[in-house]
Amino acid sequence: MRIGHAAAALTILAGIVPAGAEIATAQRKSGYDFMARTTQAMQDGDTSNPGMLWVLDGAALWDRKAGAANRSCADCHGDAPTSMKGVAARYPEFNATLGRPINIEQRINLCRADRQQAKPLPYESKDLLALTAFVARQSRGQPIAIAEDEPTRRSVETGRAAFVRRQGQLNLSCAQCHDDNWSGRLAGNPLTQGQPTGYPIYRLEWQSLGSLQRRLRNCLTGMRAEAPALGAQELVDLELYLMSRARGMPIETPAVRP
Amino acid sequence: MLVAGLAAALACSPAVDARAELASYAVVGDAIPVSLTGAGGDPKKGRAIVANRQVGLCLLCHSGPFPEERFQGTLAPDLSGAGSRWSPGQLRLRIVDSTRINPATIMPPYYRIDGLERVTPAFTGKPILNAEQVEDVVAYLATLRDAKQ
Ligand code: HEC
Ligand code: HEC
Ligand code: HEC
Repeated sequence: MRIGHAAAALTILAGIVPAGAEIATAQRKSGYDFMARTTQAMQDGDTSNPGMLWVLDGAALWDRKAGAANRSCADCHGDAPTSMKGVAARYPEFNATLGRPINIEQRINLCRADRQQAKPLPYESKDLLALTAFVARQSRGQPIAIAEDEPTRRSVETGRAAFVRRQGQLNLSCAQCHDDNWSGRLAGNPLTQGQPTGYPIYRLEWQSLGSLQRRLRNCLTGMRAEAPALGAQELVDLELYLMSRARGMPIETPAVRP
Repeated sequence: MLVAGLAAALACSPAVDARAELASYAVVGDAIPVSLTGAGGDPKKGRAIVANRQVGLCLLCHSGPFPEERFQGTLAPDLSGAGSRWSPGQLRLRIVDSTRINPATIMPPYYRIDGLERVTPAFTGKPILNAEQVEDVVAYLATLRDAKQ
């Protein structure tokens, strides 16, 4: 049968696992593993990694007093390599006061608003990216450690549902690309598993640092699907699902990506 | 080759929603035997649509006889020889809505606007390709008669 022939051809060409299967733990790979040697080398060296410029800016902001409280992050949190080690690896984290998970940017902005009594920093602003990169850098090498409690699990499920749902004019789900076809090439470029290990990342195409939500909005736009505003709970839930899917993988922040 | 079939472009009810703009068609077996426009497409235009990353998007997933295109996909069969493997009617259904053949396919439904979720406003109510473009693509694919190029 011709239909059978086409399906068989696809399976051979793409070498795919049966559709709908989550990636086995032993098969998980960071986007890093799919990159050219030169791009990997750029990420590896602190002097060659452009993301380190934001980390340095973040270190300066960490020590700077701000807001009506006239306090710096350091005033309360002290030495970041100690106090922030492993923190970003736990986010998004369920916030009991708000009754929902918040991502690391939102956690930093809570301290801006409540502890420093300063205006929250806009998403993707230079200062928020710098602080986020600095905080997440303190988790480099730490295993992703999303909580497994009940409220977290509920949001993970919401994120997972969004990950496997077909959407947009192209009628694709995230999973069809990042679970089912990650060994293939999309328009000549390696398609990866969509692992969230390196955020914020320096993306060569952006010529800038950017958040995980910015990356997710890129994918949604490519699918010609509605892209929720930065900070939207739907995007936080997706982030949370991605982080739980990557549980145990080491943080790479600031990663470099093509 | 494509024949100028019966006009299938029967507009449904006027203006209520964009759906009215899609030509109706009949699926027979695994094919849509009749042209969506009632006329044959232009294979030259079809080739340009297939090669264009913003319009046809085909080379995201497929490869094909496009020596000038350096970046092609590996997620789907090579399009070389598609015209030998499939009749124009079979090609038409695969472009219009591949989910009719393989419900789990990743190939987008190029000429369908219902049953899609959360389409971004700029594309809501619009098919990926219009009827003329679908016919141009079908006409082009039908010319791909050699298995290897
Ligand atoms: C006035 C003291 C104070 C200041 C200033 C402050 N924080 Fe905090 N921060 C806290 C406290 C207390 C917590 C514990 C959680 C809470 O707020 O309930 C916290 C929690 C956090 C967390 C989450 C830690 C975890 O283990 O989950 C991060 C990240 C953080 N702060 C970053 C910052 C950054 C970045 C700044 C500077 C922009 C800052 N904080 C400024 C007091 C402060
Ligand atoms: C048409 C295929 C496709 C779909 C559908 C898709 N993506 Fe992507 N995604 C890509 C490509 C291409 C890239 C860039 C290269 C790579 O990392 O795979 C990417 C990158 C990513 C990355 C960054 C990985 C890294 O190493 O930094 C994440 C995370 C991601 N996608 C998540 C998603 C989510 C969540 C969805 C659904 C909302 C989605 N993608 C839908 C193709 C897709
Ligand atoms: C997102 C990926 C994707 C895109 C984009 C895509 N296809 Fe496909 N196509 C597939 C896959 C996968 C198959 C294999 C059958 C299946 O799984 O449904 C396929 C099958 C086909 C077939 C039948 C296979 C054969 O034997 O030749 C034709 C013809 C075809 N596609 C043409 C096109 C054309 C023309 C376009 C652009 C207008 C296009 N496709 C866009 C993924 C895609």
